[in-house]
Amino acid sequence: MNDQTPPTREERVAGLKGLGTSRKRVEDARFTQGKGNYVDDVKLPGMLFGDFVRSPYAHARVAAIHTEEALKVPGVLAVLTAKDLEPLNLHWMPTLAGDKQMVLADGKVLFQGQEVAFVVATDRYAAADGIAAVEVDYQELPVLTNPFEALESDVVLREDLEGQTEGAHGTRKHHNHIFLWEEGDQEATEQAIGSAEVVAEEMVYYHRTHPCPLETCGCVASMDKVNGKLTLYGTFQAPHVVRTVASLLSGIEEHNIRVISPDIGGGFGNKVGVYPGYVCSIVASIVTGKPVKWIENRMDNLMATAFARDYWMKGKISATREGKITGLACHVVADHGAFDACADPTKFPAGFFHICTGSYDIPVAYVGVDGVYTNKAPGGVAYRCSFRVTEAAYFIERMIEVLAIELGMDAAELRAKNFIKADQFPYTSALGWEYDSGDYHTAWNKALEAVDYPGLRREQAERVEAFKRGETRKLLGIGLTHFTEIVGAGPVKNCDILGMGMFDSCEIRIHPTGSAIARLGTISQGQGHATTFAQILASEIGIPADSITIEEGDTDTAPYGLGTYGSRSTPVAGAATAMAGRKIRAKAQMIAAYLLEVHDDDVEWDVDRFAVKGAPERFKTMAEIAYASYNQAIPGVEPGLEAVSYYDPPNMTYPFGAYICVMEIDVDTGVHEIRQFYALDDCGTRINPMVIEGQVHGGLTEALAIAMGQEIAYDEIGNHKTATFMDFFIPTAWETPNYTTDHTVTPSPHHPIGAKGVGESPNVGGVPAFSNAVHDAFRAFGLRQSHMPHDQWRIWKIAHDLGLHG
Amino acid sequence: MIPAAFDYHRPADIASAVALLQELGDDARPLAGGHSLIPMMKLRMASVEYLIDLQDIDELRGISVSDGIVSIGAMTTQHDLITDAALAEAAPIMREAALQIADPQVRYVGTLGGNVANGDPGNDMPGLMQCLDATFTLVGPGGSRDVAARDFYEAAYMTAREDDEILTRVTFAAPTGGYAYEKQKRKIGDYATAAAAIQMTRDDGLCSSAAIALTNLSDVPVFAKAAGAALVGTSCDASAVTAAISAALGEIDPTEDNRGPVEFKLHVAGIVILRAIERAWSRT
Repeated sequence: MNDQTPPTREERVAGLKGLGTSRKRVEDARFTQGKGNYVDDVKLPGMLFGDFVRSPYAHARVAAIHTEEALKVPGVLAVLTAKDLEPLNLHWMPTLAGDKQMVLADGKVLFQGQEVAFVVATDRYAAADGIAAVEVDYQELPVLTNPFEALESDVVLREDLEGQTEGAHGTRKHHNHIFLWEEGDQEATEQAIGSAEVVAEEMVYYHRTHPCPLETCGCVASMDKVNGKLTLYGTFQAPHVVRTVASLLSGIEEHNIRVISPDIGGGFGNKVGVYPGYVCSIVASIVTGKPVKWIENRMDNLMATAFARDYWMKGKISATREGKITGLACHVVADHGAFDACADPTKFPAGFFHICTGSYDIPVAYVGVDGVYTNKAPGGVAYRCSFRVTEAAYFIERMIEVLAIELGMDAAELRAKNFIKADQFPYTSALGWEYDSGDYHTAWNKALEAVDYPGLRREQAERVEAFKRGETRKLLGIGLTHFTEIVGAGPVKNCDILGMGMFDSCEIRIHPTGSAIARLGTISQGQGHATTFAQILASEIGIPADSITIEEGDTDTAPYGLGTYGSRSTPVAGAATAMAGRKIRAKAQMIAAYLLEVHDDDVEWDVDRFAVKGAPERFKTMAEIAYASYNQAIPGVEPGLEAVSYYDPPNMTYPFGAYICVMEIDVDTGVHEIRQFYALDDCGTRINPMVIEGQVHGGLTEALAIAMGQEIAYDEIGNHKTATFMDFFIPTAWETPNYTTDHTVTPSPHHPIGAKGVGESPNVGGVPAFSNAVHDAFRAFGLRQSHMPHDQWRIWKIAHDLGLHG
Repeated sequence: MIPAAFDYHRPADIASAVALLQELGDDARPLAGGHSLIPMMKLRMASVEYLIDLQDIDELRGISVSDGIVSIGAMTTQHDLITDAALAEAAPIMREAALQIADPQVRYVGTLGGNVANGDPGNDMPGLMQCLDATFTLVGPGGSRDVAARDFYEAAYMTAREDDEILTRVTFAAPTGGYAYEKQKRKIGDYATAAAAIQMTRDDGLCSSAAIALTNLSDVPVFAKAAGAALVGTSCDASAVTAAISAALGEIDPTEDNRGPVEFKLHVAGIVILRAIERAWSRT
């Protein structure tokens, strides 16, 4: 072949490695070789180490803190308590949810593991010895771990709020009550349910769990007293927000604060909030004039940083005898722990829980959520879901199953009967969301066919008969889920965090030789942004993805953005990337037309170049255009080739999927085995199928953990029972089943490239699929509802209570 | 997760190690694989001022099988137990059990001696040693003595070993007949919810001997003597197995933890024993 043969159009497209390409992740070279740069890898000259004295009690008065012995420990330089922070007004701090929380125990502690004092030492070993030497006088107080009891109890948890009947989200009806948040038409819903032919009612509990990223939270604060600049390295999912909050709290002007998120080892929502460790490290650095590092250990992370879920969801769903749903009501008691430190948009104290009508055309609905204080750690973050979407999806997918039992109907048929139809999109739900696009019936039928659903049901029926004859002790469960997510927060008119609109951003610079750098307001924690955002851009501007650097996480260089959580990076920053790319292309078109000596309108875009219409042999490639933009005087056009876009999405995006789990259950031991897991995802336009598959595998494995064993459990006096990996279930390769992934593609009509986001779908849809499989195995024996996690003893208990042990 | 300061010693022979233990007294502890002791130190639940690391003592390593006697040095790792061909031939239950302990990374370092000497009721090897009627050799300032595994355990973390003694060797007669180590756990790396070790022989269609021991169902491993006796002389039919299970359950005293309530553990113990007997009997 002649080397001079120009590449074909297909070859040019393939060379870009753009949209739809399973491009290998560019991050993996360093991660697989141990060359990542995480916050604990940050080592600055003279750096000190800080760590916490934590409360052993869930509720106690702190009578005194004795630091004298600790200060005698070699290497210990300072012990900070609330008294030291009070003059700076930093002993308390605002939460992202409109509440405030203690930075260090101010008079009392409200959960086990709460930060009481901050020991600053020359290294982490001296700090640990210092912590052991601090003596705290505690006077134990009555403990409330049950939110229903908390709402009745005389015990006041938040004495700082005594007498305050108005909270950040309306009236507080009890001293342990945070808010009541409502959506929908309660009266019409009650009427619909009251007059319905069939009503199913159930309490669905989504237990407390924890995102538990592989890397725990931490930071390094470095105050340079000479130039007045504070640099803060940390595990931040939203570095720009952290900069703004740090500025507001400390009074340091925002231009004097530089926040850097280096490589992050997983976040899943755990690294969105602001933790006492950040505040104390900053204060300690200001006080000592030296950099101060704080890194959580695993137990600290599980005990004290943001948990997820803990929603008691009482539901009612009504239908006609034929199975057409007529109404849905839900009342939630939401256990927020000691402080309301959720990370939801301001207007939505229960997040987007009102997506709980799911994939179904439900004419009328109502939700009410009561937030409650208890003696547990604060949090309530989206653990790989967008703001309570997992709770909502679990709720509706359980209610559908319970309704199917009530109707004596197959649960797959009941779903199909009530799906929003493809021609109903855009669809406005009874609770006010405008679903952008979907084709649920096509996805559902594809899924049922892929697993031979009728065949599975036949096998299950035969198994039940064999069980009754005593020929087997194993039951077969078929777990169905059709979920609809709501992601991409979000339109600034609806969504803000602490007043900051939830747009995102991208800034592109094309270099003279035709490669590029793009900086975004988001931050990857393993999602592979450096890989996939380059692909979006490659398809937009015709520069190969391999020639595009993606940079995030340094607030001095990246444009302002709200960060990465809630599957918002692709819907929001991905859109900004495409839009900025289009600005580049618009300028490139003018330059190309000038170089080709034709009118702007006489050139057209073709993969990686502008060509003269009707004369494709006359063209200028993007690389040629880039060179000219810097080196040639073009009348009326500024030199250079750069663009920036701040994207405020017009709507959220609504990914969906159909998951089916086939599970074998040993009724004598409670041991389960997942025989098959089929996951069909529709996330709109697919940027990198391999990355999507990886996201789905990871999310499903987290869902497996949550459904089948993972929990944050407390005993009755508030002791944390699951603070190590012995008891907090993280699946290994051994416990993880094979997954079959599949897809349909229904692009988002309002997103520049039609992408919807996928990172969280498998967790949102996976949990009900696993849980429904457990329930379904026992349906023939009368089970309606059993709470997660479905670990061995709880499954055994189901069988035992149903009389299956003889 | 940072332990308090401690002194670290690494003797090269048993005599030096014993001398150190004697010299340093109560505040010294021998260290084998460290999978139990080191986490306790990091949690500051165990305070150890002097750590005597045994890993340089070559005479504590190795497996020998000779004249029907299996002899295993205390510092032999679980990984060694799994990969030793002579041991797999002489006592295949050792391999079956060791494969169910923790995960490969732990098994590369975790030792048989550490597993049996620490007295942790969650450990798998103590029950198995009772099933095999093994003998532990202890070496102290006064010389060497042997203690039967069935007499070694007194309470959780309390054993017949004196503070200045080192458990150096485990010895047992190579078993014959069928065997099984049946373990239920929540996940890889977990302690048993319930586990049973069994060795049994068949003579002319009837069970001629049976030894059953149980793991993590009391604060010590339980050698269920009556359970074994209930099988001897029977064809291991349903009623004999039921009698054996019932005898075994009478000797255990499980406690509630995150693995489940007592009622569940008793039930699972029965299932685990049943499955162990069935598998062992099928191998006779």
